[in-house]
Amino acid sequence: MNGASNIASRNIDLAVKARRGFGERIIRFVLAGCALVSVLVTVAIAATLIYESVGFFRDVSVLRFLTESQWTPQFVDKQFGIWPLLSGTLLVTLIAALVAMPIGLFSAIYIAEYAGDRIRRVLKPGLEVLAGVPTVVYGWFALTFVTPVLQSIFPSLGVYNALSAGLVVGIMIIPMVASISEDAIRAVPRALAEGGYALGGTKIEVVSTIVVPGALSGIVASFILALSRAIGETMIVTLAAGATPNLTINPAESIQTMTAFIVQVSLGDTPHGTIVYKSIFAVGLTLFLITLGMNLLANVIIRRYKESY
Amino acid sequence: MSTESPEVNEVIEQTPHAGDGAPPTDQLAPTLMSATDAANTTRTKIEIENLNFWYGRKQALTDISLAIQERRVTAFIGPSGCGKSTLLRCLNRMNDLIPGARLEGTVRVDGHDIYNASDAVVVRRHIGMVFQKPNPFPKSIYQNIVWGAKINGFSGQPDELVERCLRQAALWDEVKDRLGDNAYNLSGGQQQRLCIARALAVEPEILLMDEPASALDPIATTKLEETILDLRERYTVVIVTHNMHQARRVSDETAFFYIGQLIEKTPTEQLFTRPREQRTEDYIMGRFG
Ligand SMILES: Nc1ncnc2c1ncn2[C@@H]1O[C@H](COP(=O)(O)OP(=O)(O)OP(=O)(O)O)[C@@H](O)[C@H]1O
Ligand SMILES: [Mg+2]
Repeated sequence: MNGASNIASRNIDLAVKARRGFGERIIRFVLAGCALVSVLVTVAIAATLIYESVGFFRDVSVLRFLTESQWTPQFVDKQFGIWPLLSGTLLVTLIAALVAMPIGLFSAIYIAEYAGDRIRRVLKPGLEVLAGVPTVVYGWFALTFVTPVLQSIFPSLGVYNALSAGLVVGIMIIPMVASISEDAIRAVPRALAEGGYALGGTKIEVVSTIVVPGALSGIVASFILALSRAIGETMIVTLAAGATPNLTINPAESIQTMTAFIVQVSLGDTPHGTIVYKSIFAVGLTLFLITLGMNLLANVIIRRYKESY
Repeated sequence: MSTESPEVNEVIEQTPHAGDGAPPTDQLAPTLMSATDAANTTRTKIEIENLNFWYGRKQALTDISLAIQERRVTAFIGPSGCGKSTLLRCLNRMNDLIPGARLEGTVRVDGHDIYNASDAVVVRRHIGMVFQKPNPFPKSIYQNIVWGAKINGFSGQPDELVERCLRQAALWDEVKDRLGDNAYNLSGGQQQRLCIARALAVEPEILLMDEPASALDPIATTKLEETILDLRERYTVVIVTHNMHQARRVSDETAFFYIGQLIEKTPTEQLFTRPREQRTEDYIMGRFG
């Protein structure tokens, strides 16, 4: 009797195990599928970009793409030099970086090291709200507020200019810099700072020479991620920077970024199959490669920083 | 301040025949006594008076009065959570960094009230600290040592400073060929000695050590203890330890704490051979804790 029931329960155990194994397999399958979606989408995007770009480069050589100094696919005298669009993008990104890196980093240092609990409780959600503002609102803010203010300072400034767009893109990425940098600063072990204080370091000495350097790779990663976001930003530059491909480093001029060009062509009535239409894929591919490169760089740096303590 | 410290024994009621703090009764091996012995008279370096300490509402130290002799090693022992680290951190104002902590009473170093007459940063420049877990900066060995000296306005030859401090901490021979290496590549015991070297680089007069050997193997511990005995010639050392043998080996005086109170402080040999208090005896015999 006893022995029999033992054997029976053993059998039941085995059955239960099998069913759980099956359930687990399903869950695993679903989870993997979800994870796969983003990978597949990325691959699909890259494939489309490459496929369409090949079509473009069959008509326009890579050499022309890289050496011509004008971007005028819509003109009769067509030129396909990427540099004016690239310089427009980089100019906006540079201005954004000059705004966001110091302000974001100093906010992070303040929140992580100086702010009391009460101030932190106000500041952090404030930053998150800033991060949640739709970019079209930022673009509108640039065009209708920042540009007029700038014009009152520099009367010669046009309605569309790289400066206004760059400043506002910078504001947009401040939360990203601040929050990733703050995490990095907080991840620096308390014991390190204590070691500094115990040697007679003042707060500013300890923070600036021990804590922030200890968080450096995380901070650099935050910069790179935020900048790749700035490079890809579309709405603000479309609304505020203009539509004039322009090889310039003058922030007062109207420019066009790569993203803004893509929007312009996509929204216009450019027929599919034309060279203009195809050109947006070449521009898109360039953009994709730049942001991909920056993200990889950020990953390398973050991995480095995980090893450092 | 006086050279005697009878007030220490206020806490311990049943010993009217004081005199136990008298310096010449030091019973440690004569080899250890060269420098201190020459001076012969020791004086009080740190004087703690009626110290009470709270973390928020929780009282961690109750009415501690204690005198620590100059150029002696004083050990703090007691069961876990009795407040040894807390008291140690009161001596260089590290507890100032803890939000909600509060202190009453006085701590005097060379007669100066460190809480009222000094700035915490200045206090810490004169009173070095070595932590339980080695915490070198994630910089080179060289930079670890130079950092504190630099912020303290050191303007001499950094190379000499680095060598001198590393020698004092008995680490020089092991690292002299790789001063540019990251300190994290050192072993735990080497890191701890680097932390000692780093503390010595700012030329403190007092060195506080919170269980400096707790992360070390026996060989590294022996080296560390030798280092401490060397340091005793020039520095006043306070060491927290859970290891009775270690307290016995390295310290001249030992203070026993129990639940936030000082139970007794006497010359080390005496505490371990003839403790005055039952609780001390129970603890050193391993009957609790
Ligand atoms: N930062 C803190 N906040 C609140 N309470 C604390 C804090 N640090 C220590 N305490 C409490 O104060 C008491 C004394 O702690 P302390 O660290 O001084 O003990 P200790 O004697 O050093 O113990 P151990 O031997 O385990 O290191 C303990 O009850 C502890 O829980
Ligand atoms: Mg402790």
